[in-house]
Amino acid sequence: MKLLTLNFLTCAVKTCKTQPSSFPLHPRDAELEIIEAELNLPFLRNILPRLMWEDICSVARELGLPALPAIAPIPADLLAAPLDPSTTTGGAEQEPSQTARDLHRVLLETCIQEGKLVCGCCGHEYAVKEGVANFLLPGHLV
Amino acid sequence: MSDSNTQGADYEAQHVHSVYEEIASHFSSTRYKPWPIVERFLKEQPDGAVGADVGCGNGKYLAVNKKVFIVGSDRSTNLIKIAKQHAPHSTLVADNLSLPHPPGTFDFAISIAVIHHLSTPARRIEAVKAVFDILRRPSSSGSKDGGKALIYVWALEQKDSRRGWDEGHKQDVMVPWVLKQKKEKKPRKKQGGVSSDVEAGEDEESKGDKTFLRYYHLYKKGELEQDIQEAGGVVSESGYEKDNWWAIASPCNI
Repeated sequence: MKLLTLNFLTCAVKTCKTQPSSFPLHPRDAELEIIEAELNLPFLRNILPRLMWEDICSVARELGLPALPAIAPIPADLLAAPLDPSTTTGGAEQEPSQTARDLHRVLLETCIQEGKLVCGCCGHEYAVKEGVANFLLPGHLV
Repeated sequence: MSDSNTQGADYEAQHVHSVYEEIASHFSSTRYKPWPIVERFLKEQPDGAVGADVGCGNGKYLAVNKKVFIVGSDRSTNLIKIAKQHAPHSTLVADNLSLPHPPGTFDFAISIAVIHHLSTPARRIEAVKAVFDILRRPSSSGSKDGGKALIYVWALEQKDSRRGWDEGHKQDVMVPWVLKQKKEKKPRKKQGGVSSDVEAGEDEESKGDKTFLRYYHLYKKGELEQDIQEAGGVVSESGYEKDNWWAIASPCNI
């Protein structure tokens, strides 16, 4: 499960969903794997305004990943500065910046393969196996 | 949970969930062609939109548009194992009545051939509501639309299909799925009068095959729109396509 997914996940228990402490879910005993994927600059740019940046930073910290910039990148940060300023016109082939590469690596290539996701509100643990998180609840929590 | 709700959940566990778990791989091999209206809906989403595919099955709709990000979920672990191959999207196992998403998250959602598997009227309305709950709310000023959902359900009115159901028939039915046993090749006999488009595995049983029965509620004309309204949604477009009723709807601005 890619880390980007955590940006759209909370606890499946109804009473938790409206509690701020249920977001983001906290990875525990996580085994990470890098699954390489093609960097898609427009996709990254479009997803940028949807990111809960502070929460992503805190998840990355909990997983012991290299620190992310404290302030959320803006679209311009994703483009590498052109080597030759005269090539900026046209702009057909825009190169991703290091920021874009780092973001791609963290959000789309870093995957939780095994472990748990824990709700900060009720403490319920959701298992992640073979890269798939399971949110089915036991009967008494439905 | 109320008694009827618990009964509904138990019933679906036996007559829907466990069946899909058993037939997952065979079922998936017959589900690869996207339905045109679903394809159109997914392709018209703006680049970078974030969506949910609630009840994504084998994930066939995750392959349609790679410029959006879709979180697909399904009750069946075995179907999700098949669905997880679709980059850049994400898949997880979840119940459609207990979705693990913050309210108001998604720009769009699809629920294709899912809600007809819930066994009581209240649970079907709750399932529609669960889809609306995860969609972006419209702004109170009305300047920004709410997220949009496309919902598909099987129709009662399908007298030209090989099942032949129609208006006035029973709406709650058990539909067989035949898991074929591997058998030695026999010369294929042409059978007169049998339609050639019988989907592999769905009906006829021969020796050694195993038949599973899945529960369906067949929707009659207008019923989907009514469920949507009761769930707090507004229909913007709806219709009938190939034995199914469909509707595009948004959560109400309340």
